[in-house]
Amino acid sequence: MVLFILRRLWLAALVCLTVLVVSFALTHLSGDLAASIAGPNATAADIAIITKNYGLDRPLVVQFLEWAGHAAEGDLGRSFLYHAPVSGLIRDRLPVTLTLGLTGLSIALLIGLPLGILAAVREGSAIDRGIMMVALLGQAMPGFWLGLVMIVLLGLELQWLPISGVETWQGYIMPGIVLAFSAIPALMRLTRSGMIDALAADYIRTARAKGLSRTKIILKHALRNAAMPVVSIAAVQLGFMLGGSVVIESVFALPGVGYLAWESIIKNDFPVVQAVVLFLAVIYIVLTLLADMMNALLDPRLRA
Amino acid sequence: MTASLQDPVLSVANLRVSIGGRTEAVRGMSLAVARGETHCMVGESGCGKSISALSVMNLLPRGIIRTADHIRFQGQDLLAMSERQMSRLRGDKISMIFQEPMTSLNPAYTIGSQMSEVLERHRRAIRRQAMDRAAELLARVGITAPGMRLGQYPHQLSGGLRQRVMIAMALMCDPELLIADEPTTALDVTVQAQILRLLQKLQQELGLALLLITHDLGVVARMAQRVSVMYAGEVVETGAVGDVFAAPTHPYTRGLLDCIPVPGKTQTGEPLGNIPGMVPRIPPGFAGCGFRDRCMSAAPECAQAVPLRDAGGDHSYLCRLPPDWTRASAA
Repeated sequence: MVLFILRRLWLAALVCLTVLVVSFALTHLSGDLAASIAGPNATAADIAIITKNYGLDRPLVVQFLEWAGHAAEGDLGRSFLYHAPVSGLIRDRLPVTLTLGLTGLSIALLIGLPLGILAAVREGSAIDRGIMMVALLGQAMPGFWLGLVMIVLLGLELQWLPISGVETWQGYIMPGIVLAFSAIPALMRLTRSGMIDALAADYIRTARAKGLSRTKIILKHALRNAAMPVVSIAAVQLGFMLGGSVVIESVFALPGVGYLAWESIIKNDFPVVQAVVLFLAVIYIVLTLLADMMNALLDPRLRA
Repeated sequence: MTASLQDPVLSVANLRVSIGGRTEAVRGMSLAVARGETHCMVGESGCGKSISALSVMNLLPRGIIRTADHIRFQGQDLLAMSERQMSRLRGDKISMIFQEPMTSLNPAYTIGSQMSEVLERHRRAIRRQAMDRAAELLARVGITAPGMRLGQYPHQLSGGLRQRVMIAMALMCDPELLIADEPTTALDVTVQAQILRLLQKLQQELGLALLLITHDLGVVARMAQRVSVMYAGEVVETGAVGDVFAAPTHPYTRGLLDCIPVPGKTQTGEPLGNIPGMVPRIPPGFAGCGFRDRCMSAAPECAQAVPLRDAGGDHSYLCRLPPDWTRASAA
């Protein structure tokens, strides 16, 4: 198990390095950075000054090493827009995004897993078809639309929940539900198909031949074997919720990382863009690592 | 087929199993297994052996329906039992082991966990007692260092070891009846012999009734006191092993025995017998002998109901031919 973790950590470090290179390359190789910082009305002299001040005239390798070195120390540069350290900007917004993502994932798991299990146990029945129909609807429904409908209904008409901001915890409920809705169909389908495969396995017949109760067969013997793809996809979904919640964060006006990313892309705040890309990549790497470890806990064959 | 056994542990009468209303997998199969005896069910693949065993356990996959005059275990009618009642019997009084030791154990749990849950379920044992019992049984089935094995996962064990674990697990609650569905088919030849020897030893020491399913007549000769030869969902011949092997009467049984070389009798180079064709799929409404398309002695009357004939003692068979028929006279 120790060896397994070390190997995974080593791989994760390699991926991190690759991400550093790519996120650096994306901003520095996509046109003249100094010109885009200076804006459309800048003169050649302005651009020359900016090039010099930001050190953009040095060799790319030097620029990269300097940036990567600072990034490794947690210094991601300064925002042009906010005139503040980028790491601070992200740190301020992280709690909102993390809370939102974890809320969304929890709701998705609480709904997706039981329904997926139920559909598998009743495979082919009306219940199964009904649940799959809901999954299809969920998949087809755009998040921003659902968000707006909920704001109108629950926020404005019934006034049960705040329509924006996160001053109180209730502010997370609606965006959490909307985020969960995007994750539920995939979780449900994977749980269902995994459970159907597991329930048809020989070891389930053995479990029945041992006289175990139905609950124990489903929840102990089948679910653990069906859980692995679900864990993997849940990690990806959480990554998506943490990074890709741009739309939801703007619909509900939540001051999160997604909102920051959107703002900095629009306004060409390249240190922030670079940092957010790096940050999201690291989040994905960490989540994948966690998912691998959870899967190794679930399946002893992976621990070798 | 009537069994003249007194007070059998398991008695099945006129079992019929239909797969989705299209195939008659078992057609009026009857069987009786006496206390403390090994009874072999033998026949080709697809003749209904496994599905009969699963019917007894009520472990048939969805969509497969069993009917019978009765299925009795120690006098209790299994047909009348609810799934809940049946599950209390399975793993306790009736155990079953399967053909595929590689996939029959759950890959995600340790050997100890999978063995102890049987005792926890049926005897309300606590984990430590159950583990002690598991270790004791692992030693009994010839596994060294049982304490270490309890903490291992199935993938760390060879096929032969896994089948030993399955056997030990089946014995956790001291069952009366052990159903073994081709327990050695998936194993190496040397391991097959070890597992058979182990089953024989346990059967004798524990006084188990053992219903052993096999397609290997060598296994029958070695292990069984009684044999039921199955073909196309019927028991076509049954009796004490000595009687059936000495005087095989059903054409199918004779054909099967002809396929085996006999040391000292079969000459080198002499062709062995074979039975041309394959086991047919029997549609609903099929009447008469299921073997007639492959039978050398078939006659028009074989398409009608076939009588059950007595060949003396407990030995009986399902054919139009008299017990003393010979190939020449039948032709």
